[in-house]
Amino acid sequence: MKKTAHTFRHSISGTSSLGRIISALLIVALGSIPFTAAAKPPAGVKLAEEQVIHRGNGAEADSLDPQISESTNASNIQRDLFESLVSEAPDGRLIPGVAKNWDISEDRRQYTFHLRENAKWSNGDPVTAHDFVFSWRRLVDPATGSRYSMMIAPVTNAEAVIAGEMPPESLAVAALDDHTFQVNLDAPTPYFLSMLTHSSVYPVHPPSVQKFGRDFTRPGNLISNGAYVLDEWRVQSHIKLVRNPQYWDNENTTIDEAYYYVTEDMNAEVLRYRAGGLDMTQENLPVSMLDWIRENLPEELVISPWLGIYYYGFNMTQPPFKDNPKLRKALSMSIDREIITDKVLDNGVIPAYGFVPPGVLDYEGYEYPWKDMSREERLAEARRLYREAGYSEENPLRVELRYNTEQNHKKIALAIAAMWKQNLGVLTEIINQEWKVFLNVRAEKRITQAFRIGWIGDYNDAYTFLELGLSNNGQNDTGYADPSYDKLLKDSFNTGSVEERAAMLRQAEEQFLGSYGVAPIYYYVTSRLIKPYVGGYQSNIMNHHYTKNLYIKAH
Amino acid sequence: MPSYILKRLLSAIPTIFVIISLAFFLIRAAPGGPFDTDRALPPEVEANLNAKYHLDDPLVVQYGRYLWDVLRGDLGPSFQYRDFTVNELIASGFPVSLRLGLSAVLLAMVIGGAAGIIAALRQNTATDYGVMSFAMLGISIPNFVVAPLLIMIFAVNLGWLPAGGWNDGAFKNTILPIVSLALLQVAFVARIARGAMIEVLRSNYIRTARAKGLPGWQIILKHGIKPAMLPVVSYLGPAAAAVITGSVVIEQIYGIPGLGRHFVQGALNRDYTLVMGVVIFYGFLIIAFNLLVDIIYAWLDPKVRYS
Amino acid sequence: MSSIIQTDAAPTQIFPEDAEVLKGRSLWDDARNRLLNNKAAVTAMIVLGAIVLLVIFGPLLSPFSYDYPDWDNIYEPPSVGDAHYFGTDSIGRDLFVRTLYGGRVSLMVGVVATIVSLLIGVAYGATAGYLGGRVDNIMMRIVDVLYTVPFMFFVILLMVVFGRHLILIFVAIGAINWLDMARIVRGQTLSLKHREFIEAAEAGGVSTPNIIRRHIVPNLLGVVIVYITLTIPQVILIESFLSFLGLGVQEPLTSWGALVNEGAEDMETAPWSLIFPAVFLAATLFCFNFIGDGLRDALDPKDR
Repeated sequence: MKKTAHTFRHSISGTSSLGRIISALLIVALGSIPFTAAAKPPAGVKLAEEQVIHRGNGAEADSLDPQISESTNASNIQRDLFESLVSEAPDGRLIPGVAKNWDISEDRRQYTFHLRENAKWSNGDPVTAHDFVFSWRRLVDPATGSRYSMMIAPVTNAEAVIAGEMPPESLAVAALDDHTFQVNLDAPTPYFLSMLTHSSVYPVHPPSVQKFGRDFTRPGNLISNGAYVLDEWRVQSHIKLVRNPQYWDNENTTIDEAYYYVTEDMNAEVLRYRAGGLDMTQENLPVSMLDWIRENLPEELVISPWLGIYYYGFNMTQPPFKDNPKLRKALSMSIDREIITDKVLDNGVIPAYGFVPPGVLDYEGYEYPWKDMSREERLAEARRLYREAGYSEENPLRVELRYNTEQNHKKIALAIAAMWKQNLGVLTEIINQEWKVFLNVRAEKRITQAFRIGWIGDYNDAYTFLELGLSNNGQNDTGYADPSYDKLLKDSFNTGSVEERAAMLRQAEEQFLGSYGVAPIYYYVTSRLIKPYVGGYQSNIMNHHYTKNLYIKAH
Repeated sequence: MPSYILKRLLSAIPTIFVIISLAFFLIRAAPGGPFDTDRALPPEVEANLNAKYHLDDPLVVQYGRYLWDVLRGDLGPSFQYRDFTVNELIASGFPVSLRLGLSAVLLAMVIGGAAGIIAALRQNTATDYGVMSFAMLGISIPNFVVAPLLIMIFAVNLGWLPAGGWNDGAFKNTILPIVSLALLQVAFVARIARGAMIEVLRSNYIRTARAKGLPGWQIILKHGIKPAMLPVVSYLGPAAAAVITGSVVIEQIYGIPGLGRHFVQGALNRDYTLVMGVVIFYGFLIIAFNLLVDIIYAWLDPKVRYS
Repeated sequence: MSSIIQTDAAPTQIFPEDAEVLKGRSLWDDARNRLLNNKAAVTAMIVLGAIVLLVIFGPLLSPFSYDYPDWDNIYEPPSVGDAHYFGTDSIGRDLFVRTLYGGRVSLMVGVVATIVSLLIGVAYGATAGYLGGRVDNIMMRIVDVLYTVPFMFFVILLMVVFGRHLILIFVAIGAINWLDMARIVRGQTLSLKHREFIEAAEAGGVSTPNIIRRHIVPNLLGVVIVYITLTIPQVILIESFLSFLGLGVQEPLTSWGALVNEGAEDMETAPWSLIFPAVFLAATLFCFNFIGDGLRDALDPKDR
């Protein structure tokens, strides 16, 4: 297995979030801005005459409206167009964005952001605290119909506004003056700042939203506050961004034009890259092409960890898995994860024995102790559990395994069915379903037995994974319900220290994994091709790659 | 004839109405909704979305509202591409698909028609087998194989043409997609034309003409081609409607902003309004083309009469 | 050989009585002789026969099963030595056995679904074309509607209501594929019905169903046979699309359509995974094609 070195992980987990905030405050107090949002190419690098980048971006953006869009394809582009209160360095560290610094109250329930006086919209208007108030209210306003309104659920009254019980104006955000934005939270929310990198809390330009309505995201209408402005949007073909001269850090931006192409077919995208039409691809390379790429373009292949987990779920509300932890454990233990990651996929994904991916901020995850057993020991234990659960060679388990139609899901399902058969004698029927049918069947928990799930975190914190185990969570398709788990997670919001919180979350993870309602398979990675002349690219676990951090070397 | 055309045009109204009604309820009956993703929506959020798009009304009310909107020419907002209306998406995709599709159909008619007629005239000779085998390739090799192969050869290895992208319709970018689209149609047209031409060559009037001593090619041109084109036209009516509304495979592989993807992706996304929009649009085209076919019929074969 | 016989017989089985009434036994012998004298058709029949035999008995020649994944032999190139004659696929399954198993499915689906669409299409098209007028108009408008109805939702609903039975594949494919056939047959019928021999039959008091069966349908054979040879490949490929939606053949079973689909993705790394199934598929389609042409010639009423 080929893993790309992952050096930034240490730097992230080595700094506590409080420490980071404090250091940011200190530095700001010294009156300098050490973190420039855009990375200037190092001295000595000869830049290309033409600073244009062509990026593959998968499916068409569902919307460019920050409060409306839901897809990662859209947020890739929005990251260039808009700037939130905080931003991210190329390696994923949080850095000041529109807010040059911020104060956090003693009880950690009040955040006061001090905005840059020189932050401007692309038409020259200043970016003010009122714009943020407008945008955040817009996010929770039921009339907007945002799919991500719950993103700011920690903000006081947000849930009541979303439920239509209070007017949007009651959301606990305020503009103390033009350049001071204040947020009040229901509880200390340790991941609140990380969350602010999400596209749903980006500011929009109030006058143009009011003037153009839905059409405000069209080229010509769209006023943005990021490093780029929208120049062309040819639906299902490409989106062209050009440099925003009004951007406060424009002088540190190198690339003048960025093209985002719709590349729905991964194989065709690689061909397009090879023919010179693209400078970098989206985040997934087809497994079938990786061998060719490793042999022919090893220098251009970048594989790095991603904030995501691929796992199997067992429906804990129906037979045969209901009240049968031994059976679930036997099935999970008899999955040979290394075979899946190294042989079936061989695309750099990391075998998973825990639930929260490694590299998450301020968190050291739990892993099954049997990870370190030998294969034989593990299988012997699995067989013992299988027998204790009441199954045997004469009386084998017959199980249905569901997945949504996709090549890799199919391969993994076939491999796991074969492992269960070889190792335990389980007879598996694998069933593929069209995506939306699959989602419905899975959520109903009526006919499902075993099924696949994947989850990519919304923000860099263990909670975005662990909340999947809450008994009232919409994605809890296994039916796992444990009041003590729910309480543990709730309590984690009110803990004093980062360490204490991490310990609680870890305990929750152990509890969740110990129920064997899920069988983790692997942690996601991103795999992409990047031309050697693209500079400034750094891997990060969020897979956020701002164009303003890149530059084109002479070639 | 004019009264026949008028009658057909009038009958289009109930046809479209039936199409809309059938499609509307069929689409709504399928499991899954436009806002379902693996990130399940909290109930309040889902309620807000449904309210915004009136999906919380009884189905019959939604149906009534939809019919009224369609009457006014408004196909509604897209549920997937939320910055656009369905009208806008069709208006931006159709010209692209029309251009590629028309080129492909014309190419197919000329090449396929010629191949079919030549093969028929040289029936059961090496020429026949050669031409028809070549035509068969277009059917035997599916376009999801042909398209990447063409890209590999002409873009990656030879570097003559771009590997994909629309580039606002630059000629270079359209060549491979058109060829990929046309291959299948060439095969169909060639096979049908050959079969029909053989029939015609054996018919009594051609035999009579031959007996009169007219030279071969003159007979073919004067009496042969028109009737031989009947089944070709019959096939091409709906086929042309399908081709000019795009092909999802070709569009996704070449990255072309056509209409075809909406038929499949729209359905997978449960983008109700977008699917309804393209279905209605396609319905109009089918009706129009089939009417056109029937008119051409009467022109090609005076024996065909409509009452 | 069963599937060959079915296909070849398909167009004639529908109207055996007419044929006998019209021409008697000896003309059928004539047709057979003519067919057997057509070298291309005979070669195609032999090749197709060989394919069918191989598909049925071939897996016995291999030590591997169609569903056994072998992690240590992923993407093995073809080799006689280790008995992976066609190589292995992305999880190490033997492609020789899989190609042959896929052939069983594809041949069956191709032939049966084609017959379904043939029966419906010819009967429907001939009736509409011959009766003409209002009946024709209504029948063809129904076809227009069915052309337009979104096929994917139809398939998804079929599955939701009935589950995943094999028979649904034929229903789903047959239901959509007869439309083209109906339109073409109807078009031909329109031009046939004012011919002298039809008018003579009408004058002679022959009933409408009999005219359709005895005079219209035999004269449609040429076009119909050609169109069948075009339908079979479509059907085989639609089957793999149905698998995508969850209907159709499910893993670990496979079909040529599914194999070609997978192979297309591995085209560069493992070309054998595309080439073998594609060659089988193409060879079969070529055979159907030449047999179709031979049959057309042999059964041509004008030559009799």
